[in-house]
Amino acid sequence: MSFIKILDKISDKTSLDASASRRDVFKQFKSFGKDVTMASIPFGLAATSKNTKAANAAFVTTAMQASPTDVLNFALTLEYLEKEYYNIAIDTDGLIPSETKDIFAQISKHEDDHVAFLLAALGDAAVPKPTFDFTGAPGGLALDPFENYDTFLALSQGFEDTGVRAYKGQAGALANDNALLEYALQIHSVEARHASKVRRLRGQKGWVTGGDAASNGLPDAFNPIYAGATPESNLVQGGVDLSGMFADFGGDQAVQEAFDEPLTMEEVLAIGGFFIVADSDS
Amino acid sequence: MKKPLVKVDIVEDSTDKSKKGSRRKFIKLSGLGIAGSSFLLYGCSADDMFNPEQPVEGMTPNPEPEPEPEPPVDAVFDLGSGNLGILNYAFALEQLEAAFYTEAVAGSYYTGLAADSEEKQILEDTWYHEVIHREFFKTAIGAATAATPEAMLPDLEFDFSSVDFTDRASVLGTALVLEDTGVSAYNGAGKLIDVDAENGGTYLLLAGKIVSVEARHASAYADLLEPNTTAFARDEVLVSISGVGPAFDKATPPGDVLAAVIDTGFVQTEFTATQLPTE
Repeated sequence: MSFIKILDKISDKTSLDASASRRDVFKQFKSFGKDVTMASIPFGLAATSKNTKAANAAFVTTAMQASPTDVLNFALTLEYLEKEYYNIAIDTDGLIPSETKDIFAQISKHEDDHVAFLLAALGDAAVPKPTFDFTGAPGGLALDPFENYDTFLALSQGFEDTGVRAYKGQAGALANDNALLEYALQIHSVEARHASKVRRLRGQKGWVTGGDAASNGLPDAFNPIYAGATPESNLVQGGVDLSGMFADFGGDQAVQEAFDEPLTMEEVLAIGGFFIVADSDS
Repeated sequence: MKKPLVKVDIVEDSTDKSKKGSRRKFIKLSGLGIAGSSFLLYGCSADDMFNPEQPVEGMTPNPEPEPEPEPPVDAVFDLGSGNLGILNYAFALEQLEAAFYTEAVAGSYYTGLAADSEEKQILEDTWYHEVIHREFFKTAIGAATAATPEAMLPDLEFDFSSVDFTDRASVLGTALVLEDTGVSAYNGAGKLIDVDAENGGTYLLLAGKIVSVEARHASAYADLLEPNTTAFARDEVLVSISGVGPAFDKATPPGDVLAAVIDTGFVQTEFTATQLPTE
């Protein structure tokens, strides 16, 4: 069963009472666990499908909680992507200059470990690694990250900043499983450490600034990494509008920087879809 | 300006004899546990508060902050229970960070930095971010305690005299400790937030929104101290899970975080953390 079909199945659940408690919702989605674990996660399809957009529109974040298995497989797919990206880069002679080799070896080691951890946690339920294309061809891009160090860094920033937002977006879905929530948080902040370092290697601030790619030193094609239902430019936190309140403390830009924002699973899948070759049998 | 380590007068107004007894006992135990190390008192487990032989009324699943109509002026503030307790806990940490950077940017190390240096921008930005976090919590907690303003952590006093604000290593090293502590604290607090309580999901997401910014700060300060090494996500600050790693940030319970904060000696205002959730 494809991920799209799962999304459709979930979004079509008109029987889902909007006022149902989170625990009830959680239980309902648990029944999809089996389907989800067999999903092949064709990110490429997710990126372009009208169904996905429709599903997105129908999603009410509080009601749309994926199962923990679903979330772990989602995380695993992201970590597969990061792991393969850094493994290829490290194995590419002449790409990473000697002065930053230790940095990327450390990041790569962490992504390897995150994959190993998630594989162990998921056991037989783990999704297989998709086929990646880091030129971005599935999304219509033509990048050369393994021939051009600047491109490599740019894409690394994009993946790390996406990773931070992706884990953050799933905190709610793991809220009823203390152990999984804590593990996810422990990975989440490591991705943020990576992101800060990679951004600074590029002459960017370590923290996300503004709500689009340009304000973070990336080409417009990367806009989805900083946009979304809750864009990085968000100024309202916990129902409190913080705009204009901190004129003496960096203004609205500092407010935006002070809070990282989540991406929904669907938003992350759309970004990942740029780099994942669609599974032919899905 | 040493203050007495243990103040038990907070319980004097209580009319609930049994509860009063157990709390008095707990505070004394807490004080003994950290005698000589700080003015700040903390407790690791709500369970520690309860004597099984006491009536169960103190064990309501979601105890409200004890009504204390006329608290003595010198009453020691308790962070409280449930999500409010966690919010107050985060507020305390953000007050600490904001106060540190406020002093740091007035110090000669910072003012002597070149205007266009990355180091100056990092310190300035972190100062902004932490002040914003502090003021945000003040607003959010103020809203949550509109009917019980005494349940909001008051403004704390700090003493950073042990930091040399003229010295790069002292300023950046202290910043790194505070940021790493913040990361492990938020990671450890996440599961303690009751998402089924009012606004609980929002609080969890907010913790997530802030913790990654703290991690970005920590990464930057570690890297300023040891440029282009693995310091930004060094093995020493990370942990392993199930034999995999080290590739995970710590998730530290409030009791351990507060113990570490005590050890810094920075916090001058006493408060207790006797009712924070532990799971």
